[in-house]
Amino acid sequence: MSIEIKNVYKTFGSFEALSNINLKITHGELVALLGPSGSGKTTLLRIIAGLESPDRGEVIFHDENQIPSQVKNGDVGFVFQHYALFRHMNIFENVAFGLKVRKKNVRPSKAEIEERVYKLLKLVQLDNFQKRYPSELSGGQRQRVALARALAIEPKFLLLDEPFGALDAKVRKELRTWLRRLHDEIHITSVFVTHDQEEALEVSDSIVILRSGKIEQIGSPDEVYNKPKSPFVFNFLGDVNLFHGRIQEGKAIIGNVDVDSPEHTGVSDTSAVAYVRPYDVEIVRIKDQGIAAEIQYIHSTGRNVRVELKRIDTGTLIESVLDQETYKSLNLLPGETVFLRIKKAKVYVDDFSI
Amino acid sequence: MNRYSPNFTKWIFIGLVYFFAFIILILPILIVFQEAFAKGISGYLESLQEPDTISAFLLTLKVAAIAVPINTLFGFVAAFTITRFQFPGKNFILTIIDSPFAVSPVIAGLIFLLIFGRQGWMGSFMEQWDIKVVFNTPGLIIATMFITLPFVARELIPLMQSQGKEEEEAGILLGASFFQTLKKIIIPNVKWGLLYGIILCNARAMGEFGAVSVLSGHIRGQTNTLPLQIEVLYNEYNSVQAFTAASLLVFLSLLTLVVKIILEKNIHRK
Amino acid sequence: MTVFYLSLMVVIPLVGLFFSTAKIGWEGILGVFREDRIRAALFLSFYVGSISAIINMFVGFLFAWVLVRYDFFGRKIIDTLVDLPFTLPTAVAGIALTTIYSQKGWIGKLFAPYDIKIAYTPIGIIIALVFIGFPFVVRAVQPVLEDLPKELEEGAKCLGASPFTTFWRVIFPELWPSILSGTGMAFARGIGEYGSVVFISGNIPGKTEILPLLIITKLEQYEYSKATGIAVVMLIISFSIMFLINLAQNRASRRLT
Repeated sequence: MSIEIKNVYKTFGSFEALSNINLKITHGELVALLGPSGSGKTTLLRIIAGLESPDRGEVIFHDENQIPSQVKNGDVGFVFQHYALFRHMNIFENVAFGLKVRKKNVRPSKAEIEERVYKLLKLVQLDNFQKRYPSELSGGQRQRVALARALAIEPKFLLLDEPFGALDAKVRKELRTWLRRLHDEIHITSVFVTHDQEEALEVSDSIVILRSGKIEQIGSPDEVYNKPKSPFVFNFLGDVNLFHGRIQEGKAIIGNVDVDSPEHTGVSDTSAVAYVRPYDVEIVRIKDQGIAAEIQYIHSTGRNVRVELKRIDTGTLIESVLDQETYKSLNLLPGETVFLRIKKAKVYVDDFSI
Repeated sequence: MNRYSPNFTKWIFIGLVYFFAFIILILPILIVFQEAFAKGISGYLESLQEPDTISAFLLTLKVAAIAVPINTLFGFVAAFTITRFQFPGKNFILTIIDSPFAVSPVIAGLIFLLIFGRQGWMGSFMEQWDIKVVFNTPGLIIATMFITLPFVARELIPLMQSQGKEEEEAGILLGASFFQTLKKIIIPNVKWGLLYGIILCNARAMGEFGAVSVLSGHIRGQTNTLPLQIEVLYNEYNSVQAFTAASLLVFLSLLTLVVKIILEKNIHRK
Repeated sequence: MTVFYLSLMVVIPLVGLFFSTAKIGWEGILGVFREDRIRAALFLSFYVGSISAIINMFVGFLFAWVLVRYDFFGRKIIDTLVDLPFTLPTAVAGIALTTIYSQKGWIGKLFAPYDIKIAYTPIGIIIALVFIGFPFVVRAVQPVLEDLPKELEEGAKCLGASPFTTFWRVIFPELWPSILSGTGMAFARGIGEYGSVVFISGNIPGKTEILPLLIITKLEQYEYSKATGIAVVMLIISFSIMFLINLAQNRASRRLT
């Protein structure tokens, strides 16, 4: 099933939750709706699910053969952040619910229901838990049941609303990987909402970044991370250092450092800002080959070393991340003056403010 | 996508609610006033000035004025002890506090009669000291105290439970004495719940009928509280006077409800 | 200090009752059942108590549902009025209801042509008890209904359940413990109610005499032990019923936590 969202607008009272949303999700894709709180991502998901209706615009569904298709309740697999399992039913009954409530003529036989539920529980690795009740399960287990329940009805697509938001970090990571593998196996069109950029980058085929109800960028994880279209996207997907400078024919000049900026080849002499990831900030001890900065603070996180520096010319704080080897070879101490080079940057003209 | 539209059933239900609300809740209020004013405003005012009615009213006030503050104090102390200290038998005490609710008021009256009446256990004791409890005011007060015991406590216990003692602990660590903590931290926090409990307690104290009926002696002008006076007047087919007295209590009742609305607004603001 | 006051006010009376029971002994209790009039009152009180509790269960649930889930003109007013039976003195309720439902009353006269009497019959008692017990079910169900997460309904809907199925299989089981508890309280209140019933019932022995009134009558006749006996029997039966209701409620709510 493919999903096409056309010109969707939604307002709640005076709050504009979504404006001018246009989006195509192809059959079998796993798409992440990423954005900060209030960006409209959950509203969009709920509109796709039919739990809300758009003020303007429409959502059109096509099956694998490009034929427009109607989607009703019972066709949508929805997984909530807080599981929404039925507390008074055991695991088996929860998963079987969608099948048991079907109208007589489409309801599977009792034996068939049992078989399907068992297969699904096996898929989510909870086949021994049939008779248990939700209150006896951990958060991660409950979410797996919620997933099984949604899949039981053989939905046309799967929608997940911050599915791992209520779980601890480790469980979250495990389930993330697990969801990706599940999707590789089943290939059901899936859309999930998250505010965790790492999750979106790791799990999805394609990311839709939302901000204040509008789409900022759509692309594969590689695209949005390495070719962010706006400072907001860049900033949202990771830590960032800002270097102000000027663009001269395809090169951004910051102090006595310059950075290649091929997308601005035609531009001359405009002020610009270079967005640089901490691990793209190189530290050298050779004068005149970098921007002078004084080391404020050094902190080893075990994996890497974080170095906080203060630029001597502007006083701006810059963060650099080094791997253990580089750090050891440089022998850095707080208070020392060193020089910064930029390995890679994304340059934006016309000082966008975030 | 389809979304089910419950509009039809919704309006049927709302209609039913209007219907029942009118019959069950509103009609009684209306009829009290209709009967009270059956002889016009002058009839109403005249009934208000009946000496027996006035003394019944005063007696009711007197009983409430004693029972309510005592039970408030008790409720506050009990709630504080229960929610702030650990001790065995908490559940038992909670059940005991709730027990006046479960017991029929008539049975409550009966018990006190058995204890304090002339043929009761403490009866001879009472006679010695010439203390007349039953069929006299003290009996009414005691019965009312029993019946209304739970109200303040029941309001405060869940409230203080959910508030937690962190604020008080913070106050004490900062150097406040026990009484200062009481005055400046605890009481302001519970003041709305406390007020509501007092109002309920008072409404019940003034309106109590069953228990006082057993213990009262029904002597007009002396041991008749307002509800008992209403009964007397009604049984004498003196309906205007009965309903006039009743209207006073209806005012009290409505006042209680109004205070509740105001309190809820304030609780939400917190 | 608390314990002192408590014991004075509550424990002594309760213990007193216990001792009085002991005084009249087993004989006394059985003797209660021998008198026809008492048996009639027993049957009547529990009968009307149950019926009114059941009526309140349905009507109270309807009110809780509508007040929580719909918004309409007058909602706040009706919500507050629900507490009226709780704050209104029982005697006032008693005379008001009797007047309304007597043959000449507003509602009573609607039924008079069909020769149906409401006041001075058990039906009248049931109506009075419905009034008295009304707030209990509503106030027990309301908070539970308010806190019910809407995701449960949305989940069921996405899975294809009809509105009725969603209500019956998802929402109702969550509400059932509170419905039971509210109905239990209404029942307990109804059994012991005196003030509002004594006017509308007419107190015809054997027909419309409720237990609390019978106790008072016995007291006035100085038949203290009979009165005590009735009280004891009443308490035993109602405590047992309450206990059973509590058990059912506990079982139902155990699944939910």
